[in-house]
Amino acid sequence: MNDAPLIEFRGIARRFHGRAGTVVACEHVNLSVRRGEFLAVVGPSGCGKSTLLNMAAGLLTPSSGQVFYRGVPVPSPNTDVGYLTQRDTLLPWRTVEDNVSIALELRGDSRAARQRCAHQWLARMGLTGFEKSYPAQLSGGMRRRVCLARTLAYEPETILMDEPFGALDAQLRLVMHDELLKLWTGMRKTIVFVTHDLAEALTLADRVAVFSPRPGRIRAIETVDLPRPRDVFRVRFDPHFGALHDRLWSYLEASVRGDVMVN
Amino acid sequence: MPEISPVIAPDLAQLELPHDPAEVQAPVVRGGWLSVMAWRVAIVIVGLSAWQFASGRLIKPFWISSPSEIWAQLATWIATGELWVNVEVTLTETVLGFVFGAVGGIVVGLALGLNRRLAAVLDPFIVAFYSLPKIALAPLFILWFGVGLTSKVVLATFVVFFLVFYNTYAGVLAVEQELVDVLRLMGGSRWQIVRKVILPSALIWIFTGMKSSVPYALIGAVVGEMMASNKGLGYLIQAAAGQYDTGGVFAALFVLMIIATGLHELLKQSERLMLRWREEGQNED
Repeated sequence: MNDAPLIEFRGIARRFHGRAGTVVACEHVNLSVRRGEFLAVVGPSGCGKSTLLNMAAGLLTPSSGQVFYRGVPVPSPNTDVGYLTQRDTLLPWRTVEDNVSIALELRGDSRAARQRCAHQWLARMGLTGFEKSYPAQLSGGMRRRVCLARTLAYEPETILMDEPFGALDAQLRLVMHDELLKLWTGMRKTIVFVTHDLAEALTLADRVAVFSPRPGRIRAIETVDLPRPRDVFRVRFDPHFGALHDRLWSYLEASVRGDVMVN
Repeated sequence: MPEISPVIAPDLAQLELPHDPAEVQAPVVRGGWLSVMAWRVAIVIVGLSAWQFASGRLIKPFWISSPSEIWAQLATWIATGELWVNVEVTLTETVLGFVFGAVGGIVVGLALGLNRRLAAVLDPFIVAFYSLPKIALAPLFILWFGVGLTSKVVLATFVVFFLVFYNTYAGVLAVEQELVDVLRLMGGSRWQIVRKVILPSALIWIFTGMKSSVPYALIGAVVGEMMASNKGLGYLIQAAAGQYDTGGVFAALFVLMIIATGLHELLKQSERLMLRWREEGQNED
């Protein structure tokens, strides 16, 4: 029973109806996410990757097919997942510590417990001393870390990440990868990580699913058998990393080039 | 399955924050606060002197009175206690009207903002009432509630209500869905989401509505008094004008100006306290 997938997308398609007509974000998507694994979803922009996450979170229903969470249809909203979106979703009127501990506040933890938890997470993120700051006073990278701390602090079973480090510069991104992997090693949560950066996916994930451009379909699913713990700063120079990158890039390349031709 | 487009009343949805003239920040000038103050004082002195000089020499005092005459009138009113009685009446009407109108506006604005279907149903009625110049209701309210305090409070309430309601409603619609979703995923109840996301997010809008409605509360009270009453600053203006006492009219206007400025300042300070996070964020940049 433990081998049963935690999240399962079965025959998923999603269409959006707008003024410009109907857009098919993704179709024929069959994907299983195993318990405790780090799955990366890679694809060109607009291929419906975020749509998949929204469906796993129960914020969006598929046009056809069904999403299962722990064997049952995903509830709306799915409170077993924590969602780290592309955009900043900190509450600007709350201090950093009150943002981090908000989920604990919602479930009625005491003030002391909330504060302890927030301080502990902020310390882990290297943000000690910023507890009483407001989000607007922090840099983009610091805000990202607060978002991450907020998501991890209430320990959801699964974490969905939608290009969480997309807005950061390359160096900071590596630092965040390092932090994320260390945290994940300690917690072993199930993570579904959406990105358009293949190297990022290979650095972090156990498995990588490559999507085609819109309408998004799964082109390939590859197991990343690079040993852990990984050194995020050097793993990309590993020859095996190169081989994996080459193979997956061939799937992506066709679609990316196709994209350029279309435009 | 077709995408469900949110049911938003078109007229209400396209609201923008009302323009609040007092919101325009005084520009920061080099040379500092002292020279700005010096200039202001100079303008007042020159203006009042010119007025005093012109009165009786260039223009008949009957039309423009004079600063000295206005001051004398004020002094008399203060001495006889007349000023306080009338100020108290007008202030009471304004404050009560403001409080009732603001509370009502916030409650109804939230209710409709959180219940789009109800908003869609009520939209034409709201727009119709909103478009009506509220002051035109004064005679009706005086008819219904008499010449006393109540009719003016009701009028002021009505005026304030619509301004605050509209802003609250627009503020609720402007809440970012992503923020709401994050809390839903964390298991937040509807009420928790209202309290922790929707209300604080809409607060900027609510305050803008409240701030811009203060002068209107005063207008409601004063216009009501001018139509029918025997107390209040509006009554003072009306009575003085009836006796061709220009100085009295100016004196009452002067007091009104001070009250309006004071009320605005009070609200600005409380907004500062409530929206502290905004200031702190801005200071850092």
